Amino acid sequence: MTAATSTVGRNRWLSASTWRNLLRDYPLVPLTILLVLLVVLADILQPGLVNPGWVTSAVRQAAVLGILAGCQTLTMLTGGIDLSVGFVASMAGFVTATFVHQPGGWPMGIAVSLGAAALAGLVSGIGVGIFRVHPLIVTLGMGLVVFGFANVWQLQSVQTGSGVPIEIRTIGSGTLGALPNDLLVFVPVAIVLLLLLKRTGYGRMLYAIGDNPIAARLSGVRSWQVLVVLYALSGVLAGIAGLVQSGLSNTASVTLVQPYLLPSVAAAVIGGTSILGGRGGYSGTIVGALILTVLASVLSIVLPEPWRQVVFGSIVVLVAATYARLTAES
Amino acid sequence: MSATTATIEQPRGGPADRIGSFARDNAWTLGLLGFLAVLLGFTKFANPNYGLDSLQGTATSVLPLALAAVAQAVVVISGGIDLSISSQMALTSCIAATLMKGYPGEGVAVGIVILVLLIGVVLGAVNGALVVLTKVPDIVVTLSTFFIWAGFALLVRPAPGGAAADWLKGLVVGGLGIDWLPKAAILLIVLVALIWIPLSRSRLGLSLYAIGSNPLAAFRSGVAVNRTKFLAYVITGFVAAFAGLSLTASTGIGTPVPEPTYVLISIAAVVLGGVSLAGGIGGVFGPIVAVVVLQLIRDDMTFMHVDPNYGLVAQGLILIGVLMVGSLIQQRRSRA
Repeated sequence: MTAATSTVGRNRWLSASTWRNLLRDYPLVPLTILLVLLVVLADILQPGLVNPGWVTSAVRQAAVLGILAGCQTLTMLTGGIDLSVGFVASMAGFVTATFVHQPGGWPMGIAVSLGAAALAGLVSGIGVGIFRVHPLIVTLGMGLVVFGFANVWQLQSVQTGSGVPIEIRTIGSGTLGALPNDLLVFVPVAIVLLLLLKRTGYGRMLYAIGDNPIAARLSGVRSWQVLVVLYALSGVLAGIAGLVQSGLSNTASVTLVQPYLLPSVAAAVIGGTSILGGRGGYSGTIVGALILTVLASVLSIVLPEPWRQVVFGSIVVLVAATYARLTAES
Repeated sequence: MSATTATIEQPRGGPADRIGSFARDNAWTLGLLGFLAVLLGFTKFANPNYGLDSLQGTATSVLPLALAAVAQAVVVISGGIDLSISSQMALTSCIAATLMKGYPGEGVAVGIVILVLLIGVVLGAVNGALVVLTKVPDIVVTLSTFFIWAGFALLVRPAPGGAAADWLKGLVVGGLGIDWLPKAAILLIVLVALIWIPLSRSRLGLSLYAIGSNPLAAFRSGVAVNRTKFLAYVITGFVAAFAGLSLTASTGIGTPVPEPTYVLISIAAVVLGGVSLAGGIGGVFGPIVAVVVLQLIRDDMTFMHVDPNYGLVAQGLILIGVLMVGSLIQQRRSRA
């Protein structure tokens, strides 16, 4: 009797479907294992690479990517996407830098740039929520608008000169003991997003809209209000990421954060958030951002830049395909 | 999202519906053409020097984008999207420019063009196979292959350079016989006539619209959904290779870094050209006209000494504005 149950139990543990369910329900477990493996691989490929300095710089880059991927996670949960984050983030970093010699200084710059980022997000939200235009198109268009305005601003601020404010640089590249200061921005952002998704009604409405918009509407969710707030929030988050990145690289340009656009979507996808909506969460995205950052670091040891892009793209497809397989057979 | 529900709410397929939607689609393209005519008039007004030779310049600069829009339109009609078009163009353009530098000769170049077109087909086939086999959403797949193609482009050509055969350059620059007939425009018309018109009248063309409109209904009516989706990406890759070749032809070199605004503008033109992002509606003529309109708006701003960056702002605002109005009309109609 006891022997029989134990055999059954062992079989259940060995069966493929149990593993599949485990992986599907707790994506953080395999993702964390993958992350650890990548770190170990990095240290094997270049012994001594994994030291406090490397960790600090990896965490810094992952912080920027993580915040931007937060924009994608939130919008993807509702079945949307925000393709304007690259331009909005760059604009925020750039505009703040132009205020350094202006009355009001950097606090004014941050207020103006985050205000502009929120406004851009708000307009996107109105397009998506009220006019029901596809988010891909709205945020694409909004990206062009923000990029255009940022360029105009650039031409007009040539005379006044610009520079990344020392305060932003401290946040972006300073350290507090062993910890990079970026965490002062990233940790609060992450806590807010995690709580927002897990513990608030607003978070549940995001899942509801993405899972089944009609059911959500019939249960009394005012989708348009949720979406308008969502895209405005996404704009502000992108703005914050842009500020951190400009402090990290000590540069401000209107295309600074643009290269992060595709990785931000990839980080959310690798973290288990479905681009079709209704499934995923921010904890996976954080690990996804770390994985992509470490992956980029590992690839930079062994491969020249062109091959890095090729392998990077292939791995994203591979991980996404694995997820698609796991979730399709439920 | 709303567009999807709208397609579900109003089933099309009846002959009356089809005639109705056909008329509506054409009304959109005709309206765009009317707008283009007004815009051309305005261009002449804004810049009295805008003559026939300027028209040739516009045509040459519009050609790669117009072909990119055609490529995007095909896959969007089938219900997909291809975000890797600009890096497919960069890769094919680099391969063409590098081979033409390494193996000069006007005759050899013909072989190179054919080879590059085949490579375009392969790139499209990889995209299509990944979308169909992995069941990963098309946005994610083509976002990833965007990196892959761009990486290969850098491998082929670490820095901009290479060469283009003279006859290839001759195809896109200047006028044909008479001044007012830009060669680039003729080439575009010929290519579209050779690729799109037979396609849209074929069984495959009908299947593209069917799977874009309602994949389940298409499947139940006997359309091989996966094969059609795959072929849509193949055709897109083929046309994107033409777009890449036209880049090489108009610039004389290959540039490995994809132009960041190409994908955005190809999608913008497709949508402004009356193709529904939900799939199943539209054609390629609307998107081509939309590309010309978008380009002329930027040119006009330059003529009027407005900061050309406002051109980007205008393109973005037009894109959002037109769609908001369109969506509003659609919502009204479906409510009535």
